[in-house]
Amino acid sequence: MSNHHNGRPETGAFFPRDRGWHPPAFTPSYKTSVLRSPQKALLSLDGTISEITGPVFGHSMLGELDNDLIHNFAKPGESAIGERIIVHGRVLDERGRAVQGALLEFWQANAGGRYRHKKESYLAALDPNFGGCGRTITDENGYYYFRTIKPGPYPWPNGVNDWRPAHIHFSIFGHGFAQRLITQMYFEGDPMIWKCPIVGTIPDRRAIEQLIAPLDWANTIPMDARAYKFDIVLRGRRSTFFENRPEGN
Amino acid sequence: MVQDLGYLKETASQTAGPYVHIGLTPNFCGIPGVYESDLGSAMVNDKTLGERITVTGRVIDGAGVPLKDALIEIWQADAAGLYNSPSELRGHADPNFAGWGRCPTGADDGVFTFRTVKPGRVPARDGRPMAPHITFWIIARGINLGLHTRMYFPDEPAANAEDPLLGRIEHRHRTQTLVAGGTAPNYVFDIHLQGEKETVFLDI
Repeated sequence: MSNHHNGRPETGAFFPRDRGWHPPAFTPSYKTSVLRSPQKALLSLDGTISEITGPVFGHSMLGELDNDLIHNFAKPGESAIGERIIVHGRVLDERGRAVQGALLEFWQANAGGRYRHKKESYLAALDPNFGGCGRTITDENGYYYFRTIKPGPYPWPNGVNDWRPAHIHFSIFGHGFAQRLITQMYFEGDPMIWKCPIVGTIPDRRAIEQLIAPLDWANTIPMDARAYKFDIVLRGRRSTFFENRPEGN
Repeated sequence: MVQDLGYLKETASQTAGPYVHIGLTPNFCGIPGVYESDLGSAMVNDKTLGERITVTGRVIDGAGVPLKDALIEIWQADAAGLYNSPSELRGHADPNFAGWGRCPTGADDGVFTFRTVKPGRVPARDGRPMAPHITFWIIARGINLGLHTRMYFPDEPAANAEDPLLGRIEHRHRTQTLVAGGTAPNYVFDIHLQGEKETVFLDI
């Protein structure tokens, strides 16, 4: 599953990350970031082979229900409770090229906003048929999809009355370790998005809007599940013009 | 007006949050049966070539307290200095070594552990050899964008002295933050997020 372009694996370094587009490390309205943010400048490094390479995963690692959160933790014949949805989209790079073979992992709370995790103490109940994790790998056109229930919002100890908007966490592998990315997907029309200190760590409103999945009515399955579309963009790769060719040779 | 370059913007990062284990190491956090095992939990098998090593460490915040909810991924070359990646054009890496591992910091002590092999040397972009190193990626609640760094080996002083990346660290005493402690085959690499002992993090 290689990143072929005209049949050749690509070896260019990645476009520099726009660190004014991503959230900065120190964002005091998200309190935990205060003691977990480096204070010294990052050391810049034009990608070497250690960063332009990365693990690539084969479809054979996937189980049949890995992309079906409604059923992958449920007892036989039962299913998770909540609004049934399909989440689908493409993984592209900044050049607009499909990223094939990208591993996506996702996790989320249940319909009531409760996570299945021992450190979680929110009083909303667990759903005995919902675990909250799933994964899939993009096809040759960069497409992916999974089925789940729409997660509920939940309160968290940051400000006195802070609530997370409904969201699904995504972890994405491209083809180089420098493309490694974790983000969160939000849902169109949720008024909580604009109150959230974690969303608010992102300085540019357009970058936030890129995290909001629209309701995809055309792909909604009648009498079954609504669809949301969420495209993900990973860093692009530089073309390898004149690289490693000393002058005069 | 000029032509439009047509590039897209990278999807913005968000924190992995405190429940990252649900998605990335569900067996570790008590969600059994969805996946057979947690991805990246076993890096070597009986046939893997090279010197077996163990890397342990902690991720420490600006108050000196180890994080118990962080997750670390590492990426490295095999013993011969080849990466198991489609972009590796110099040869074929050891098929019994993926080069990638994932480990949460322990819920009780905050310690992560990787059982792996010592990586061989790989070249920098200009062809100069880099010292043996392992690339680290750190995510956790409170970290808005995953942090990249590298671990070098304390028993490679000559290679470290000519390493192009280590050589670019302006404040020389900070070079030591990228060199593990311990002795072969048990290395210790503590990562300090902030403060006097702050680890050098990379914009790669």
